[in-house]
Amino acid sequence: MKIAVCVKHVPDATVHKRIDPGTKRLVRSGESALNPTDLNAVEEALRIKEAQGGEVVLVSLGPVKAIDSLRKALAMGADRAVVVSDEAAAGSDLLGTSRALAAALEREAADLVLFGQASSDGDGAVLWAAVADRLRRPVISQVASLTFEGGEVHGKRQTEHGYDVISAPLPAVVAVSDAINEPRYPSLKGIMGAKTKPQETLSLADLGVPPSEAGEAAAKTTVLELGAPSSRGDQIRIEDDGSAAQKILDLVLERRLL
Amino acid sequence: MTFLVFLEHHAGGLEKGGLGVLAKAASLGDSAGVVIGPAAREVATQAGAFGASRVYALESEAPPLPQPRVDAFATLVEKTGADTVLFAASVLASDVAAGLAARLDAGLNWDLTDLEIRDGELVGKRPALGDTVMVDVGWKGSPRLGLVRAGAFDPVEASGSVEVESFESPIAEFSTLATLIGHTVEASTGPSIEDADIIVAGGRGLGSPDAFSLLEELAAALGGAVAATRAVVDAGWYPYSTQVGQTGKTVSPKLYIACGISGAIQHKVGMQGAGTIIAINKDPNAPIFDFCDIGVMGDLHQIVPKLTELVRSTRG
Repeated sequence: MKIAVCVKHVPDATVHKRIDPGTKRLVRSGESALNPTDLNAVEEALRIKEAQGGEVVLVSLGPVKAIDSLRKALAMGADRAVVVSDEAAAGSDLLGTSRALAAALEREAADLVLFGQASSDGDGAVLWAAVADRLRRPVISQVASLTFEGGEVHGKRQTEHGYDVISAPLPAVVAVSDAINEPRYPSLKGIMGAKTKPQETLSLADLGVPPSEAGEAAAKTTVLELGAPSSRGDQIRIEDDGSAAQKILDLVLERRLL
Repeated sequence: MTFLVFLEHHAGGLEKGGLGVLAKAASLGDSAGVVIGPAAREVATQAGAFGASRVYALESEAPPLPQPRVDAFATLVEKTGADTVLFAASVLASDVAAGLAARLDAGLNWDLTDLEIRDGELVGKRPALGDTVMVDVGWKGSPRLGLVRAGAFDPVEASGSVEVESFESPIAEFSTLATLIGHTVEASTGPSIEDADIIVAGGRGLGSPDAFSLLEELAAALGGAVAATRAVVDAGWYPYSTQVGQTGKTVSPKLYIACGISGAIQHKVGMQGAGTIIAINKDPNAPIFDFCDIGVMGDLHQIVPKLTELVRSTRG
């Protein structure tokens, strides 16, 4: 089975994220990493490949340096990476992002397209449904367990009303939840091997996407203003040096919560 | 401004989320509800008690899956000429909204916690970057699509008559490829977390299902209940009936002790109404440290048993 995993290069969790007040875009100059919940999608793809054979291709939209973040997924065992990188794609909202990714996925013609649960920078958890609509393929989201039966994919997922099992014929688009698996750590051999795996960079033109249909030019949403959120008030920070339990109890008693 | 608001229904009843968004939309302009699914016409009449004067209903036996609903909304937006479509975020509605955005080439803003009209334009408010910044967002052109964060608006009861108008829509072939082949509802077990004054909750950071016993002991000492995140419920570590979050329960205890919980938005929307939130986590970058009252960086496996002992000796 050929599996394409959509992954995103995001600011590292240890970086204090901020939005540039001028451009109103997220500052992406610091340390970056692979979006954490995308690792669950990569892991699931690798498990499917191990069980059934096939190929795992990473597909990403982002700056050229996104390839550095993708290397971790290659080290985990993905076979190759395709990065769509184009100045004209900067500032894309859901519309431009889904259009560029759908074009790259169309070219790969994978049997299964996997997404992770959400992006840690834009807090988005919607891309798969937009991509599935563009590809005109069935979509199953929030999947906590994935199985295959007679050319169909079955996804079990939690909703507000219990658990659903949804079936779809391949090719299909599936978004997994972070409960689906524990992503593996890359082995030393995997890390060494990642450097020589095929990595391809594509422009929008390579994919036949006109520059007017991606990036800020095609965005239909805007950020108008930045402000401070409503705060919960003064926050107390405790670093445990063995006395944290006592400090918690003192605060709980002081606030008459017991 | 003319709004369409998705009114999701389940087991013959309208969901609170959609009704809350409907109330907000009605305060901003001309608004109509949209009900799609089994018994749609009958369910649609319930919206009259929440201020809807018009509801569009599409009768369908289609299971609660997004793609046929994208087709239906695309048809309805064209038919009514509505310029704004709003959804209360849910597993189903989020996928409908995103599919519709691609279909109509329409801007979608998500995670909205408020909406207003400013100089004749619709403006949404959304917390961003782990809720550390509040951002005002807008739309270019129409239709505009918006996903509202769970629980952002409360339904408003009102009297009045509702006009239910049926509509039909062609359904794309690919929209019916995904089918529902199973549905299970897990029965509640143990004490209800919704009534508890004190909740001790656990997430992935517990490391193993066994560590829930540490939380159970602390909860017993405090006279509280134990809750869990979706991740550990889905992993089978703790029962679904104890899950707090968007697809679980919404709680507002006086004290919420979050142990090994990162603070994903899915969880946050279920517990942000707690009086005092204490977070114990060894990851200093966990988003929960941005919205707790007392943040404790350390190993819960050390801290929780000690705290249990101290509470026991204090309370005698």
